[in-house]
Amino acid sequence: MFPKGTKRKFSDSGEEAVSSGDQGPASPSVAARTLSSSYSLQRQSLLDMSLIKLQLCHMLVEPNLCRSVLIANTVRQIQEEMTQDGTWQIMTQALAAAQCPTDRLVATEVLCRQTDAAAQAGQSPKPYSVVGVEEGYHSEEVVMEGDVETDVTMSTLSPVSPQLSSASYLAGPFGMGPCWEEEEEDGECEEEEEEDSEECVSEGEEGDGDHLSADSRTGEQVFGTFEIKHPAPPPDPALEELFSDVDPSYYDLDTVLTGMQSAPKMGPYDLLDSLSSHGPTALSSSSSCRSDLNELDHIMEIIVGS
Amino acid sequence: SNSVRSDSHQFVFSADIISTVEFNYSGELLATGDKGGRVVIFQHEQESKNRPHLRGEYNVYSTFQSHEPEFDYLKSLEIEEKINKIRWLPQQNAAHFLLSTNDKTIKLWKISERDKRAEGYNLKDEDGRLRDPFRITSLRVPVLMPMDLMVEASPRRIFANAHTYHINSISVNSDHETYLSADDLRINLWHLEITDRSFNIVDIKPANMEELTEVITAAECHPHQCNVFVYSSSKGTIRLCDMRAAALCDRHSKFFEEPEDPSSRSFFSEIISSISDVKFSHSGRYMMTRDYLSVKVWDLNMENRPVETYQVHEYLRSKLCSLYENDCIFDKFECCWNGSDSAIMTGSYNNFFRMFDRNTRRDITLEASRESSKPRATLKPRKVSTGGKRKKDEISVDSLDFNKKILHTAWHPKDNVIAVAATNNLYIFQDKIN
Repeated sequence: MFPKGTKRKFSDSGEEAVSSGDQGPASPSVAARTLSSSYSLQRQSLLDMSLIKLQLCHMLVEPNLCRSVLIANTVRQIQEEMTQDGTWQIMTQALAAAQCPTDRLVATEVLCRQTDAAAQAGQSPKPYSVVGVEEGYHSEEVVMEGDVETDVTMSTLSPVSPQLSSASYLAGPFGMGPCWEEEEEDGECEEEEEEDSEECVSEGEEGDGDHLSADSRTGEQVFGTFEIKHPAPPPDPALEELFSDVDPSYYDLDTVLTGMQSAPKMGPYDLLDSLSSHGPTALSSSSSCRSDLNELDHIMEIIVGS
Repeated sequence: SNSVRSDSHQFVFSADIISTVEFNYSGELLATGDKGGRVVIFQHEQESKNRPHLRGEYNVYSTFQSHEPEFDYLKSLEIEEKINKIRWLPQQNAAHFLLSTNDKTIKLWKISERDKRAEGYNLKDEDGRLRDPFRITSLRVPVLMPMDLMVEASPRRIFANAHTYHINSISVNSDHETYLSADDLRINLWHLEITDRSFNIVDIKPANMEELTEVITAAECHPHQCNVFVYSSSKGTIRLCDMRAAALCDRHSKFFEEPEDPSSRSFFSEIISSISDVKFSHSGRYMMTRDYLSVKVWDLNMENRPVETYQVHEYLRSKLCSLYENDCIFDKFECCWNGSDSAIMTGSYNNFFRMFDRNTRRDITLEASRESSKPRATLKPRKVSTGGKRKKDEISVDSLDFNKKILHTAWHPKDNVIAVAATNNLYIFQDKIN
């Protein structure tokens, strides 16, 4: 259910948890929350986890509709709150800024920091995915020239993003980890034997990167209705800095939606509905994802000239 | 005493996991359904004359395969054979009838006894082989001879192809002629004699599935008013509907919802408010709902809040993030009334189950496990320690085994006998008769 690679231990830093319903002192105001990076990190972790849970890669049995609806509602709530306190717009603005040629250097610097981290981790630097916000707008990642399908960047993003995401989980820009209680026993975390096994088996690979690219695809599948507002004028570089550890393409749901061209654009419950009544199945959509990856690899080889 | 604790990593054949438990109207029979599609019926044996101070025990009466796994070729998906619910019909003759359902198909089963056999047929001999008619020289009347009791289960009706989504509830109407079945988005009304059509009485499917934010989680017919039923939702609401008002009961007669406490709002508020079970009291005056952390009793005449709220495991409120991560937050616990509606029972984790006395407001936590359940031994109350200091015999929240969940419990309609399903084991507990 929960991909093993992303299982985490959290230390109790004593901060308020996203989940705690019985806050001792008064709940933080929205303004205070905006400043609380640990809360933002927890919220984003919760968003990530929810998107992973919504992976509809069931091989055999139909997904539990009630569970899917509750998780999707949770994601909506997070998105609404992030929209209200400006976090969502900031991320989309960061994306837009990274696309402007004049801002390339800034964006590149920001992005290359991540790429360096990936290189240190032993991976060859891969092009970083920066994708357009407006529908239909696709751009190649910053450091390369020419237009290539966004699909390319989505796949090549895979190996890089887990470093970022785990970086954002483990130590945010302010050095605080999310403060959920530790998983005490293995028993708590064991996957149920129910039909809810949601490993993206069809992807065929165990790496975190594939899980995350599947997450992105899941975001697309599930959140067809979540539209990113068009970005405002160029953002504050300081704010970009704030979210430099965040993998923007991953959270840009609308981008994700438009990124996977070959997958049919379906709303979240279209997919659920089609699973339960008629039409394409999870199997077919995941197999198309797989062929996308092969195609992208091929394109990458041409570009890189290997 | 056995001091070895059970291994929390015990391997269990998943097909043996009990998925529903239900007493019949008299309490003489107890049915269980499991993940493998089997139904096992237990029968209460008469008290022994030698030991009148003990109630009789429940022994296996009948076992049969109710549902088989199916494959939906259109959608390339398996349909699980797991029995989601069993509901008994009131007994009208010597045979017993029950409804059992998986995600898609409801079946009416007849369970009948055979303890006599006819012998002395004219046209066939004792082995069943046909006799040569020309060799028959005289006629005889077949005689009924006693035989070992045989209990036969035969499917009498199959109610199929009426549910696009997964069936979560079935409920027999007080008219004893109709019953309702509910899936995530629709509720259908059936006549027990008619299998090729049903009436759709509730449909909450939006035109655009992208707009779906709420599903039906449980439904039940009123125990006395055959035109009234309720259904609960994933948003913590209950709607009471009157079938006389309209053919399609999309508009409710009553709407039950407790206002949210703004100070305890979190991202998990909606999930933990989702109602996993709804049960009318035997009297028909109240109904009980189970959400993730509590059980609520509602007076049917008061829609704006429950009249009683019982905390099942409030210590889990600070653990909701972990429980969301391991999916336990989506566990669907059931609840049940005792025969006089004075007590209610529901399950929890670590094989614990909770009972609440509505009159005295006392509650008790008990454990259904081999170690703590020697035959004839009295169950010892359990306690979960929530503070820093753990007293002796208490168990800390972090030591709870979340794989050992008690989702299904049943209370005898008349006596103080309860059935508790703990994964693949069935426990039957009864009061000692003084």
